[in-house]
Amino acid sequence: MSEVTPSQTVGPFFAFGLPFDGGGDVVPTGTPGAITLYGTVRDGSGAPVPDALLEFWQAGPDGRLPTRPGSLHRDGRSFTGFARVPTDRAGDYHLRTLRPAAPTGSPHAPHLAVTVFARGLLHHLFTRVYFPNHVDANAADPLLASLDEDRRATLIAVPDGGPTGPGYRFDVRMQGAGETVFLDLSTYATGEPPATTETPA
Amino acid sequence: MSAPQQPATQREVSVEIAAAAGAPPRPDGHPDRAYAPYRSTALRSPHQPLVVSPPSLTELAAPVFGARDVAPIEADLTRHHAGEPLGERIIVTGRVLDGDGRPVRNQLLEIWQANASGRYRHDGDQHPAPLDPNFTGGGRALTDDDGRYRFVTIKPGAYPWRNHTNAWRPAHIHFSLFGTAFTQRLVTQMYFPGDPLFGLDPIFQSVTDEKAQQRLVATYDHDVTQPEWALGYSWDIVLDGAHATPEDRD
Ligand SMILES: [Fe+3]
Repeated sequence: MSEVTPSQTVGPFFAFGLPFDGGGDVVPTGTPGAITLYGTVRDGSGAPVPDALLEFWQAGPDGRLPTRPGSLHRDGRSFTGFARVPTDRAGDYHLRTLRPAAPTGSPHAPHLAVTVFARGLLHHLFTRVYFPNHVDANAADPLLASLDEDRRATLIAVPDGGPTGPGYRFDVRMQGAGETVFLDLSTYATGEPPATTETPA
Repeated sequence: MSAPQQPATQREVSVEIAAAAGAPPRPDGHPDRAYAPYRSTALRSPHQPLVVSPPSLTELAAPVFGARDVAPIEADLTRHHAGEPLGERIIVTGRVLDGDGRPVRNQLLEIWQANASGRYRHDGDQHPAPLDPNFTGGGRALTDDDGRYRFVTIKPGAYPWRNHTNAWRPAHIHFSLFGTAFTQRLVTQMYFPGDPLFGLDPIFQSVTDEKAQQRLVATYDHDVTQPEWALGYSWDIVLDGAHATPEDRD
């Protein structure tokens, strides 16, 4: 067994600890090609989750992952690749960003990595946002290809052009009907060497 | 799903905690998301098994933080207002390591906590304990080249919550950490040694393995304590999750 520090829930009171100004602005207003990515987080009864926190991490349209320090700092011009957005009373979140391209050498289709935190969630959940227009890349993506149609659909944002510009809806269903595909990316699960050499009991 | 129920008593919840305590720990060392004694997990834990996937190149990288993101004063929560907060001043320090024992350098830690009376500066906190005009309770720091962090704050109070009748959380500080890969992300809570509420608390007890529980508890450290000023606690944090090997980094 691993010697990691165990996870604990983010709880209901993270509002003054984690959200930061401009947390949903991966690019500034008016950036050419910017999209709004938005959606609703729901629990197993279908009720909106008003106390979730979502984080997004992604490459830019050039396939590059930001390496310059400053992921929390919004300078009004840089693409930071990182967003952190709490859900509101209606369980809704939104961010403004650019659609990613796949980093060079990636076997995966362009996507955003997502982390979901919430009260009542003892360990965060990982998922991904893919885009429907990358038909060939999505078909070749090892994760998407391993899922049946219904499950795969939970990872693909739905285009929804609106008065404020191009939008994509990505809802998160934590449990039950239409449950989002959540990922186990741990070293243990993916068969990489575990952190310690302890033999299983 | 399940119909709303009358709040359970502590005795009933303690029976559930004791029943789950026999469960083997999850191989990744983290609590099972569906942990019945913590009632809010009932509708917020996935029913489908997680899909095991190798991390993508995106997930093997992580946001980068630096001096632009964090001001040094953010690590001293006692100096965010004109006056000194009430309570027991403490220093909390330690190292952030990856699963191979390597320091996680220049990465972001964020903390948030209740004040000395057990009250959060949050609209949703209904605990009838006083707010402290000189304490907000949020802090940030970067680890140094040795993976070390250091916060100055006040010891938070225990507080009641509505999981069951007469439910009280042991004193804790919430921690949020980044590693060198997005897969190493960790949000957890640091507790104080010897808290009498440990055995009663479903969130602490959701970590069913006793050794793993101890990894959530800071150590009182007299070498960290500063004369005439503050008590010291040491707490090291170990991140797991797939991480890039040095060769993968450019
Ligand atoms: Fe708390």
